[in-house]
Amino acid sequence: MGTISVTNVGKAYKQYPGKWDRLIEWLPSFSSKKRHSLKWVLQNISFTVNPGEALGIIGMNGAGKSTLLKLITGTTKPSTGSVTMTGRVAAMLELGMGFHPDFTGRQNVYMSGQLLGYGAEEIEQLMPEIEAFAEIGDYIDLPVRVYSSGMQMRLAFSVATAHRPDILIVDEALSVGDAYFQHKSFERIRQFRKQGTTLLIVSHDKAAIQSMCDRAILLNAGVLALEGEPEIVMDFYNASLASHQNQTISREISETGKVQTISGTGEAAVVDIALFDELGQRVEILNVGQSVILRVVVDTSTYINRLVLGYGIKDRLGQVIYGTNTDLTKQALERVPSQTRVEFKIAFPANFGVGTYSIQTALVSTDTHLINNYEWRDLALIFNVVNIDKPHFDGLSWMSPEITIKKL
Amino acid sequence: MDMLKSLWAYRGFILGSVKREFQLKYRNSLLGAVWTVLNPLAMILVYTVIFSGVMGAKLPGVDSAYAYSIYLCSGILTWGLFSEIVGRCQTMFIENANLLKKISFPRFCLPLIVVISAILNFAIIFTLFTAFLVLSGNFPGGSFIALIPLLIIQIAFSVGLGITVGVLNVFFRDVGQFMGIALQFWFWLTPIVYLLSTLPEFMRSYLIWNPMAPLMTAYQGVLVSDLWPEWDSLWLIVSLSVGLCFLGLHLFRKYIGDMVDEL
Repeated sequence: MGTISVTNVGKAYKQYPGKWDRLIEWLPSFSSKKRHSLKWVLQNISFTVNPGEALGIIGMNGAGKSTLLKLITGTTKPSTGSVTMTGRVAAMLELGMGFHPDFTGRQNVYMSGQLLGYGAEEIEQLMPEIEAFAEIGDYIDLPVRVYSSGMQMRLAFSVATAHRPDILIVDEALSVGDAYFQHKSFERIRQFRKQGTTLLIVSHDKAAIQSMCDRAILLNAGVLALEGEPEIVMDFYNASLASHQNQTISREISETGKVQTISGTGEAAVVDIALFDELGQRVEILNVGQSVILRVVVDTSTYINRLVLGYGIKDRLGQVIYGTNTDLTKQALERVPSQTRVEFKIAFPANFGVGTYSIQTALVSTDTHLINNYEWRDLALIFNVVNIDKPHFDGLSWMSPEITIKKL
Repeated sequence: MDMLKSLWAYRGFILGSVKREFQLKYRNSLLGAVWTVLNPLAMILVYTVIFSGVMGAKLPGVDSAYAYSIYLCSGILTWGLFSEIVGRCQTMFIENANLLKKISFPRFCLPLIVVISAILNFAIIFTLFTAFLVLSGNFPGGSFIALIPLLIIQIAFSVGLGITVGVLNVFFRDVGQFMGIALQFWFWLTPIVYLLSTLPEFMRSYLIWNPMAPLMTAYQGVLVSDLWPEWDSLWLIVSLSVGLCFLGLHLFRKYIGDMVDEL
């Protein structure tokens, strides 16, 4: 139960040159020549999702993500290939889609439930739980048109996930709603996953993909560009976002076996990056709270009008826990001549939790890599944090607490 | 077979939608379902006054004061069922574009919902009409039972035509516009308001080719004069019904995929 297999799927929309051409094509007596041209939006997509696995789908707008989801859920039919699924599927392509504004929330719950194939008694049984999860209170008996979009979303999510499905398909829908409900809904999805639900999720939200998915695929212009670990795919996607001319994207396997994604136009490059302790010794293992200096050496190959170094420290799951750049700190370098070597020294206390961290660097001209991206390097440096002299603690950051206790 | 199974699984949705449609229609009206009755009643009143009163139309051989009204009702009410099914079917895919594009469900639910709610509306008004017949002492008698096969033929014809037009209308919106006009002409080319016998001979010979004409004549025969229908006069509409149902189903199956892309 809960397998999705997509084999060689392609989707093409028919395009007719004129209004009459479709009619002529339909009439059997005319020549059997096809008068339409095909516009392919997806081609040769193949992948499988095993039971209990979570797959993320990433891609730019127009890459074909939504079309792929529609093909998988069966609202549209593929032009080539096939999609097979086993088990009960719950799809949240656009939450609240089936809602009718004039009916009350309760009536709409019945309707969406029926659209999911539930019987009336079944919905009645689930109703208290749906109400409780949506937390919309008395609004449940008011027409949906007076709901806020967040409330609609909460109700729709509650209905769609009232039963644990074998396969859960989630479009970007979850990004709506307040932080509280986002947490709540992610928590429910996590629980489903623990119980063996297969998850297929489309998102631009890096954190969502990396924290939820076992695997990710990147769609680019209708083809499957990359499939692999979420972090690698996400890094590659990020790099390809800056799709200027002359950009190269390379992926190197670093010594630690991690895949390093390097992209950019190459006017400047990081030639050395390392962490040093207070004594000037190169370190790779840091004590919690230890003062360190990150030294980054950059070479320019041509004249650069404005050079900004950005860096981010990522946790084991690839989530950035701190990042900044010299544009934000108002230290951008102006008019850097060709063949210059620049040293950046960044001092900070290693207030991290125990674990493995990586540093990504970006050489850009402003505070984003989307305008000029000279070099973007993921996993430029990897370091470990150990706890030598502090009491044991949980989490990603060291907050150095001072706890005072008084008996009153 | 698979289709029937999936439709059965979605029976909750189908019946729920019919119920919702009914509620929706009268949600914000004070008189509610009364309008279902008032609309055709007003139409019948207008025709009765104009044709019976002003033009002095009389049904030859029938002396009941209500005869012409009954004649009118038998035509207008059944025609109403026909035009509701065809009219709603031709726009059902376009109206439900959002649902079709976003949610995966057995697509054949849509025509079923349309047909069931049309039949429900018809049942309400026809029950009232029958009550009127009984109370006014005009209930026809045994031939009343013949209405059942007649209605089945008519519904089959409407559904076949409706689905065919509905599918075509997605790709060629002209079809919907055309049907709007065609239904108007069709209504007046069918002996509903007037009597077939008042037409000149040459016109009558053309009306044989109007499949709805013999059906209406049959309804009127049953309800006005307690006459059993001449079944063999219905050959055209029966064969058209079968043909259109197959054509509609074929088009529906062949183009349902393209339809979602087109909407």
